[in-house]
Order: sequence, then C-alpha cells, then structure tokens
Amino acid sequence: MAEMVANAVGRRVPTEVNGREQTPFRGVGKFEPTGRKAAPPIPALHQYALDKRVPTLRDALEKIGLRNGMTIGMHHHMRNGDRMAVPLFDTIAAMGIRDIVFAPSALFPCHEPLIKHLESGVIHHIEGSLNGPLGVYCSEGKMRGMGVLRSHGGRYQAIQDGELKIDLGFIPAPSADMMGNATGAFGPSACGSLGFALADSQYADKVIVVTDNLVEVPCMPWEIQGMNVDVVVVVDKIGDPEKIVSGTTQITKSPTRILIAEHIADFIEAAGYLGRPFQAGAGGIALASIKFIADRMRAKGLRAPFARGGSTKYLVEMLNEGLIGAILDGQTFDLDGVRSIATHPRHVPTTPFTSYNYHGKGNWASYVATAVLGATEVDVKFQANVVTHSDGYLLHGIGGWQNTLFGDCSILAFPLFRGRIPIVMEEVTTVCAPGEMIDVVVTERGIAINPLRQDLLDRVRGKGLPLTTIEELYAIGQKLCGKPEPASVDRTRPVAVVKWVDGTVIDTIYRVDYGEKPA
Amino acid sequence: MSDQALAGRDEKSDVRVALTRGGPPENEIVVRSSVVRLYGPQIRRSVEQTLRTLGVSGVKAEIDDRGALDWVLMARVEAAAKRLFPDLTGEALPDRSSPTAPTVRLRLRRSRLYLPGVNPDLMQNAGLFKPDGVILDLEDSVAPAEKDAARIMVRNALCAVDFFGAERMVRINQLPAGLHDLPAIVPRGVNVILIPKVEEPTHVKQVAEAVQQIAARHGRHDPIWLMPILESARGCWNAYPIAVASETVCALAFGAEDFTRDIQAERTLAGHESFVARSLVVLGARAAGVQPIDTVFSDVENMDALRQSTKEALALGFEGKGCIHPRQIAVIHDAFRPTDEEIRYALKVRAAMEDAERTGSGVISLGTKMIDPPVVARAKRTLRVAEEMGIDVQALASAPA
Repeated sequence: MAEMVANAVGRRVPTEVNGREQTPFRGVGKFEPTGRKAAPPIPALHQYALDKRVPTLRDALEKIGLRNGMTIGMHHHMRNGDRMAVPLFDTIAAMGIRDIVFAPSALFPCHEPLIKHLESGVIHHIEGSLNGPLGVYCSEGKMRGMGVLRSHGGRYQAIQDGELKIDLGFIPAPSADMMGNATGAFGPSACGSLGFALADSQYADKVIVVTDNLVEVPCMPWEIQGMNVDVVVVVDKIGDPEKIVSGTTQITKSPTRILIAEHIADFIEAAGYLGRPFQAGAGGIALASIKFIADRMRAKGLRAPFARGGSTKYLVEMLNEGLIGAILDGQTFDLDGVRSIATHPRHVPTTPFTSYNYHGKGNWASYVATAVLGATEVDVKFQANVVTHSDGYLLHGIGGWQNTLFGDCSILAFPLFRGRIPIVMEEVTTVCAPGEMIDVVVTERGIAINPLRQDLLDRVRGKGLPLTTIEELYAIGQKLCGKPEPASVDRTRPVAVVKWVDGTVIDTIYRVDYGEKPA
Repeated sequence: MSDQALAGRDEKSDVRVALTRGGPPENEIVVRSSVVRLYGPQIRRSVEQTLRTLGVSGVKAEIDDRGALDWVLMARVEAAAKRLFPDLTGEALPDRSSPTAPTVRLRLRRSRLYLPGVNPDLMQNAGLFKPDGVILDLEDSVAPAEKDAARIMVRNALCAVDFFGAERMVRINQLPAGLHDLPAIVPRGVNVILIPKVEEPTHVKQVAEAVQQIAARHGRHDPIWLMPILESARGCWNAYPIAVASETVCALAFGAEDFTRDIQAERTLAGHESFVARSLVVLGARAAGVQPIDTVFSDVENMDALRQSTKEALALGFEGKGCIHPRQIAVIHDAFRPTDEEIRYALKVRAAMEDAERTGSGVISLGTKMIDPPVVARAKRTLRVAEEMGIDVQALASAPA
C-alpha cells in the first residue's frame, strides 16, 4: 500500500495511485502547475484518405493497433441509452486483449455488464465516475487498480497535463461523415452537444468515430473535426434514443422539493442575483427553481446575458422569450434542447474546455453568479460530498459539480433527510469540496449561509427569508432521523481517490466492511 | 385467533411489520431495511422497546423498512401487536417533541390541509407549507380495515410531528364509531375535532361530553374546539341548533360531496345545487357567532378554478376552504386576502371615526358622505383580518394608491 499523508482538509490520501505519483490537496488555488501541455503524436497527411471507413469495430481496433494495457477514453453523451461501451469491450475480449484502463467521462446503470470484463481481466480498472453497480464493485474492493474520480473539468485537466494519457479516443457520434467530422445535433440517436468527446479527439494517440448515421461530406456543424480522426465505423445503432434524452423534462411534483425551489428563488432575488448569468442544473429541485426564477425575472423585466448548463425545455423557453441572451450547453437533456441547439444561433454546445477547464485562461463556470447543485452529504464545516453515501458506498460520479462551485455563489439544495438519512452531518464521509467553496445550503427547513460569506448574509438579512444555521439544520436532521451509525470501512484498504479540479488528491474512498452482505 | 398479524405499507418512508406468535420467551426481531447499515441497531432497539412497553413477549417481529422515521415504526409495531393480541390496551408513545399550543375559538381558518391518517410521509412536512390548519383524517381517506392503525398513526403524529404553528385538527369517524377515536387523540394536543355527517345537535353534545371527560381524566384544561361538518340535507337544515349545541363549537364546515348525493343531485362546477345549503351553513354559523367554513376543493391541477371557487365562498360569507394539496394553500390565502383598495378604504373610515371621536361629533363622515355604523364595523374587521394575515397595513396607508 502506498504511503498515506494528511492533506489541507485533514484527510489522509495516498502519495501514489495506479503507479503514478500524486500531489495531496493543498488548498483552493494553492497548486501551481508547471511544464507544457501534453500532445498527441505528429501524424502525416499522406497516411490518411478522405474515406476512413472500415467494416467492423474489430477492424477499427486492429487498425489503430490496440494492445494490452492501453487506456481508452469515451464520452457519456449517450447517457443511459449508450449501446457502444459494452460491445466495445465484448470485441476487445474476443480479440484476447487484456488490462485495458477505461477512462469514460461518466458511466450509467446500462454499463453494469462491464463488471464481467473487470472480473475476467479485460478491463484492469476504471478511471471515471463509478455509478451504481460499478460503484458497489469498487467499494467492495473487487477492482484491481484504484478508482480515480475526476470532475468533468478534472478529466480535461488530467488529459492536458499528461496524467491521463488516452491511447484510444472512442467516440460514438449521432451523425458523422466518412472523414470523421461528427455532430450530436441530429441523427436517430441525437444527443445535442458532443462536448465531452473533444479532449479525446484532440489528445488521444488514435481516434475512432462510430456512427449509425453516415452523412454526406462534410458533416456540419462539425463539433468533432475529421482532421483529428483515424478511423470511422458505421454500425446499426449507437444508442436508444428514448434513454439518451427524455421526451420532455418534468418538473418535480414533490411539494417539499417545490418548496425548496421557492426558497432558492427567494434567496437569489434577495441577494440581488436575478438577471445575472446562472448555471442551470437538471436535478428536480434545480429545474423547478429555474421556473420560479424565470417568473421573477419576467415580473421585474430583467434579462440575464447567458445561462450555462444542461439545457432543457425550460431553459429553451427562457431563451426564446428573451429572458436569457444565450445558452452555453454542456449536456442536452431533452428533445426541446436538442431541437434548439440544432437551430438557434445563440444556443451553442460547449465543452469541458470552455466550461470547466483548470488549465485554461478562463472558463464559463467561473463567470456565473449562481449555481444550484445537490449533494449526498454536507457537514457543519460546509464541506460537501457527492460521491459516497453515509454508509461508505461509492455510488455517484462528480460530474461538473466541483467545477460549477467556482461561480460567485454556489447553492446546495436538498431535502433535509431522504428516506430517514439526514444530509447535514457532523463530518462528511468523503470530502469532494472544501467548506470555503459552498456558500449557501437551502432546505425545506431553512437556508444556511456560510459564515465566510458575511456579504451574502448582509444582503439578504431582514428580507423575510427562513434563515438558519448549518448547526441548526444538523440538529434538526439528527432529531428527526436519529443519529446514524458510522460507516464501516477498512481504512487500510483504499479503493479510489477523489481529485480536486487542479489534479491534487482531496480524499480517499475505502473498502466497505459489513461482513456478510446485509440481508 | 390468528398466529400472524401484519401492519404497514411497502412504501417509501414507511415500514411493514409482521408479528408471529410463539417461539422463545424473548422476542425475535429480524430487520430488513433500506437504511439497515445506518439505522439497523436503532430500528431493532425501537421495536424491542415498543413491544416491551406494550407487554408483548415471545413473538417474532419481521421488519421490512423503507426509511420510516421512529414514530412511524412505533405506530406500525403497535398496530400489528394490537391486531395479534386484541386485548392489548397499552400505548407506546413516541417522545413528545412537537410544540403544542392552545388555540382561540375565532382565529384564521382560511385553509385546512387534509392528510390521510394512513400516510405518515405527508404528515412530517405538512406544517412547512403554512396552512392555517392540518387535518389528520381518520374518516373517508382511511379504509375500514385500517381504522385501528390510522388511529395509532395519528396519535403518534400528534406527539412527534412539528406542524409549525398550524392548528392541529383531527377528523374523527362518523358517530357512533367516532367516539372510539377520541381516547387516542384528546390527550395528545389536538386543537380542533372535526365531526363528520352531523345532523342533530345531540351528535355535537355527545362528542363534547366525551371530550370533556377524557380531557379531565388526563388533566387537559386547554380548549378543544369542535367543527361539525354538515353534509346532508338534514344537517344543513339544522345548522343553527348544531352551531349552538356546545360552547366548544368554533365553526361549521360544509361538505359538498355527500350533500349532493344526499339530495340526489349532481355536483357541478357552478354549484347551484348546493347554493341554498351553503347559505344555510353561513346563516347558522353567523347566527351562533362561529365561523362558516366551505367544502374541500379537490381538483389539485386547476388553480384558476380553485381561485374562482374560493372567491365565491368569500362572497357567500365563508371564511375558509378545505384543500388536499400544499399547492392549493397559497391560492386560498390569496383569495381570502382583502384587496389593497379595501384596506385603504378601511383605514380612511377608521381615521374618520377617530376624528369624530376627537371632536365629539356623533356623525362620522368621509368627505361629503356620512358613514353608517355597519360600514365602520366592516372596516374594523377588514383591518383586524389584514393584520392577522400579516399584511403591513401601515405601509399600504403611506404608499400611493
């Protein structure tokens, strides 16, 4: 086991992960990277024809020279409708190749079949979000390498600074031409933005584009440029459309969640943030808050220059009504969003580079006024967790969560307890963000403002908001639910690490230890 | 006698309890729970403690939990125990953690939110939506086979749930069964008891007497108000005698659904079929000096119709409306709110009245118009209600119209 040292938030973290040396978290803005960005090998034009098609996935993998131990990157725009990751590894298994490191930008429940490839040794380990059954597999100490959890911006950062070297960028694309120009805006598996594939297309040694909708050259608009692509494969179906985007996004019907959304809108109005750029999440509470915010902007005749984020019908309506000046879209969540991104000149796809990247000279997420986000746990120091549950199990990825904390005001919103589990804890199970990054916590039982944000407190005091303290929210949760038992984990067995946006290690996730699997 | 009894539901925030008779003298407890790793030991302790309090031993308890809070778990265990051993009389009460305050006879009763007595999930947060009252229902929302369990659940909710200042109401069952609901709820801080399908003053008297006896036995001296629900031709016809049947009556409520069935008519959106009955309820209540309260509005999607219906109720003389979804509360409160113009006019009338008192004039006038006493009384009432509703009356006085 690698040496463990305490980092700036007092968590013990390994100094080496999967054979690579690590820097412990030093504090927000304290790590100064040096050196030059990573780069792919230099290609020569004479090796490439306009038509890069090969007949099958296996042909493509053979052509790019896939070997044991290579790292494969893949985007997650197909979400739970992805039909390519599992066939990819079935093919690799059939080729007799082993020990692949899989580095997707996210995984979903549909990827549970990858467990058999982890067990058989085709996949060595996964560096990327480990959700649901894959998270359980990792939590129970069954994965050979360590999980490395990075934010969407962190994945781009790690690829750029060379920590995460992608040998093969594997890019399912809803439409592409034979040269490899590709877009997610249309086609039977349309997903809207393809931004998460950008890093793979720019930095991977080899790039394969897979499509089920081959179009005439040139595929326009080309979000993925054919100049970066080695091979094109045409298959029958890359995804299940109804699982890629929802037909219509429904606002939550839960009265408690609607009440929380109203509290959010009250806070945003009281703090003077109405009419400023905002991050729009697609979670139930965040979505409901957008509707309330739109109502208030309309009533006051205000307009925001842009909104960032997962686009939905509600954001598209705001754009069309003129309440926002542009949508900078990282992920498109419903059909209204897909239609709008394909047709509206001020609804544009963005990438983790433009939105989140740490090694850039600016990013959009830092320039929003407010971001409404969820969490699995927050503690009385305002430290927050989005990856593990209070019982120690790793069940979620970080997504863009860490990156969107960099706006002026980050708002965590959640019901104070979910199925008897209180969300405000004495100490979070896993630190995904230090307390200074969380400005406000909004629950149905009151709004707690981080004492570090005296300016916010001054702005909203006396305006009728249900203000409380984080300690009070903690006390109410414990009173209603009872004090939970501590997580049972084996602290000598780290199974994954959580990276901060700058690539340093902010916390460690350990093997859960509940003896026999609980009945 | 059966060897096994079940209670509870396979729902989020609830729990199913199966108790089986026989076995060793100690109780055997099997816990399966969505939160077993975090709360398994607490669930086990709570079940054991509840069974011990009730004096139950030698049973196997199988707990299938989906995140029930402790007061819910205790109610389910008690319901199962009493089904297995019908002679059990003890109560296993959760810690009293909710503040209870007595209420006055006449207070804001614009909205009352109905909560089915079998659904603890809705109870925990009900007060957050700021209705004037919450009604824990034992009557129509509870199936006959679940009446026993609902009574225990409602009792535990009265003990354990903070309703954030909403008046704590319980709708008991139709008499005579409803009398059996009283011992569970009267000692536990209920403010208002709703009596369904009241047709005679004696119905009210029976409940008032039973409540008084139980309260005295438990040393409860704060008032417990009664709200008879009139939902038949006979009940509406007897509105006044019912309203004066006890000094503890605080309001008369109208129930449209049963009423229209009783008179063999169809319930329509326009509501002509119940116009006279609603007016009888208003007249009976006003004659007795209690509040007339309108029926429940049950279409939770149509907020425009709710607003319209509440405005009509207000125009007929009603002071309150029933609702079944938290979203309806704000609409109802808004509809009962006096308009800014009404408040400004009332302020002018009050100022004119104060002028007249100062100058010793017997005549109150506003400009060139003489003001009659009923107008003054109405103005005073408008201002009192506005202040009760938390409207900043003085701000309206100074703001330009």
